[in-house]
Amino acid sequence: MATTKKEYKVIGSRPIRHDGVDKVTGKAIYSADFSISDLLHGKILRSPIAHGIIKKIDTSKAEKLPGVRAIVTAKDFIGSSDKNIETAEDRNEGETTRLKYLRDNVLASDKLLYIGQPVAAVAATSPHIAEEAISLIELEFESLEPVLNTYQGLNSKSIIHNELETKELGTKIPGKTNLAEHIQHKLGDPEEAFKHAEVIVERELTTETVHQGYIEPHAATASWSTDGRITVWCSTQGAFPARDTTADILGVPISQVKVVPLEIGGGFGGKIPVYLEPVAALLSRASAHPVKLVMSRKEVFECTGPTPGTLMRVKIGADKSGKFLAAQAHLEFEAGAFPGSPVAAGSYCVFAAYDIPNVLIDGYDVIVNKAKTAAYRAPGATMAAFATETVIDEVAEKLQMDAAEIRLINTAKKGTRRADGPTYPTIGCEEVIRTIKDSEHYNSPITEPHVGRGIAVGYWFNVGLESACTISLSKNGTINLIEGSSDIGGTRTSIAMQAAEVLGLLPEEVIPSVVDTDSIGFTSVTGGSRTTYATGWAAYEAAKDVKNQMISKVAGIWSIDAENVEFEDGVFFSKQDTELKMSFKELAAKSGAPIVGRGSVSKGGMGAGGGSFAGAIVDVKIDPETGKTTILRFTCVQDAGKAIYPSFVEGQMQGGSVQGIGWALNEEYFMTDDGRMTNSSLLDYRMPTSLDLPMIETIIVEVPSDHPYGVRGVGEANIVSPPAAVANAIYNATGVRQSKLPMNPATITKGIQDHRSDILNSMNC
Amino acid sequence: MTQSKTYVRCTINEEDTEFLCEPRQSLLECLRDVLRLTGTKEGCNDGNCGACTVMLDDRIVTSCLVLGVEANGKSISTIEGMATPEGLHPLQQVFLEEAALQCGICTPGFLIASKALLDTNSNPTEEEIRFWLANNLCRCTGYDKIVKAVVKAGEKIREGK
Repeated sequence: MATTKKEYKVIGSRPIRHDGVDKVTGKAIYSADFSISDLLHGKILRSPIAHGIIKKIDTSKAEKLPGVRAIVTAKDFIGSSDKNIETAEDRNEGETTRLKYLRDNVLASDKLLYIGQPVAAVAATSPHIAEEAISLIELEFESLEPVLNTYQGLNSKSIIHNELETKELGTKIPGKTNLAEHIQHKLGDPEEAFKHAEVIVERELTTETVHQGYIEPHAATASWSTDGRITVWCSTQGAFPARDTTADILGVPISQVKVVPLEIGGGFGGKIPVYLEPVAALLSRASAHPVKLVMSRKEVFECTGPTPGTLMRVKIGADKSGKFLAAQAHLEFEAGAFPGSPVAAGSYCVFAAYDIPNVLIDGYDVIVNKAKTAAYRAPGATMAAFATETVIDEVAEKLQMDAAEIRLINTAKKGTRRADGPTYPTIGCEEVIRTIKDSEHYNSPITEPHVGRGIAVGYWFNVGLESACTISLSKNGTINLIEGSSDIGGTRTSIAMQAAEVLGLLPEEVIPSVVDTDSIGFTSVTGGSRTTYATGWAAYEAAKDVKNQMISKVAGIWSIDAENVEFEDGVFFSKQDTELKMSFKELAAKSGAPIVGRGSVSKGGMGAGGGSFAGAIVDVKIDPETGKTTILRFTCVQDAGKAIYPSFVEGQMQGGSVQGIGWALNEEYFMTDDGRMTNSSLLDYRMPTSLDLPMIETIIVEVPSDHPYGVRGVGEANIVSPPAAVANAIYNATGVRQSKLPMNPATITKGIQDHRSDILNSMNC
Repeated sequence: MTQSKTYVRCTINEEDTEFLCEPRQSLLECLRDVLRLTGTKEGCNDGNCGACTVMLDDRIVTSCLVLGVEANGKSISTIEGMATPEGLHPLQQVFLEEAALQCGICTPGFLIASKALLDTNSNPTEEEIRFWLANNLCRCTGYDKIVKAVVKAGEKIREGK
């Protein structure tokens, strides 16, 4: 492991996480575990068709069912939907969102846009009665032709949103279309540069819809009090953005809503959007009871944001030495039923690992009759890297170059300008590639038949955004750290450790709490790999504030100037008088005004700290008869800047790698021609199990960022390279290039049969 | 419509327990909604994720696929019964030390399943652990640290710690 020189006491250690005991004893309260007196249970009626017009919703029979207390539809929303609003996410991008789209995604008003779209909701005295009531609601509709992929979206006469305007390179163009946006980034003169290339490889690739696959289904409980206050208990990646969006959808001020974040059972981006919260609130207002809504697994698959299917064309030209002269990408991403696929993020990441002087990137955000897509771990980047990193492998092969070497000579580094604008600060791309190239894994011999090795590199830009923390000093010398970041994987501890380091405390002397939206300053989502970076930074600032207040206090006790007081190794002392010293604990016990430190940061949008690069080395074995791929060995390399809690960094790398392996080999939505998902269970949507995998080796690289301890968020970049690395490994095992995810046994056997009919013989089977 | 309820008497975590449940309610629902033992989690309600794993007598079951009425006369062990007043079970302790959980939603199911394995074989191979735990899905960890934790917990148990 490459390490930074600076020595820390707490940072880099592996204490027991603060929420750990509750989570191994079953005491931790997740969203579906929550209960409150007088609670009703809700269920949602969902669209049975992918595209159509609502003619009538008749709830009269359902209302008569004993136990039913309220039924709501989109008609129950307050105020007009015909306006644009600025959501918490928009604020950082200078965008706005149509309120109608947000509302229609939680309760359809006029059209049915995807199978599973909510149409009406029931609150009843038990979930079973609510379910029965749902079946008694009569929904009349007129079916329209569904649009189910980007080709249909761009070519079909069937228009999903009649009022949609295409945002063409930033300008809105009216016209009947399903193209929500066309973005373009251009650097240099790619057309001219391709003319000078020794080797050009251009390939078209596709990926299918995949789901984040968190094990905890969405759940929310809401109570709309007679005084107008709305309290929501839910699991969300961001209590504040959830509060803001819920208020927007309900048409009430944000000050009227309090979101209480409960423990969250995974998110990976999929628990940023709001689905149930506003509906539970409407049911609560209508019934005058608190109402709880819990999704089934089928609802999670069919109705919450997956990451989209894509069609991509990538072209790269290199000179004889392997230097990339020009690159071009055409990215079509499905948005789902409303604008907003991750194509923009994909366009930032598609060539992000390389210094290429001439680039053209076109991205298309295409509306289709599927659930609105949501973020999924480095959204857009994994698909883009699947295209780029397999094309690069082919360029290297044509030039007879080593796969790591060609990446190394083209690596992005400090000062490299990306086609979409940013110039990199210090980044760890080169270090990641070099670590791959020098690793024992990459240099180990392959001795078995049908085994291939592949590598790939991936980038996620990371975000900064806003975070707040407060710290109260207790008389016994411990601190209470209050924060607003949902803790999905141990961030209470990775944030607490940063405060502990400043104040010379042990990790267990910090008591962290994730609190509701009334109790701390605005804190953005746990997403974008930002929490340990930005909320950690806020905790660092709050701890410094505590330290400075303690210095003032002890200076007052000693009647000396605060400038003459130093703090080191848990002891305050006078720089001038060696007799004057007091331990942190002694000073904390002294009476006086309570010491409360605060830290609040705003660390910009994309590219916080320069982002994080990661890479994968994978050995696969292919059964040439069945096409089954076995992962024999897998190594993930990632730049963590500085690993605050190395086990958690490794855990992120291992988890992201395995999601990437699932995406590479098995995971996809099987859709019928009328837009129905046919594999909406965890049996048929095949996520990796423990038996499918080897140990996932990790190598942490540390190239410090601008963060006080050098942290780079590590939540996402690790998922980006695995599908491409697996594709390259499969090529090296079979001689067949892969152009479609997932690379399941059917795809691989078909590839082997179609393209290289002689492969079977040469493999001695 | 509300169904008439059935009287069920069983042992849960070694305590005699009585409850009333509707015939259609699963054991998972009875544990969570009737008895308020919410440590057992629901991830799929069709037996495919393992989050609701409990012991029914000496059998490991996904409680979403067992009816509440089937618990009558049986002995059930859930995550709430794993730690003792003296402290955590070695598996619970090692899961914390080895960072074998991230979000923690699958953890109760993994702990119950792992305990069932170690109770019969405290020295399993990696392959045996991976095979045994293949019915429990974890989306956060990639299983690496879970498998290592089970190995280490087995060592602790063998050493009598």
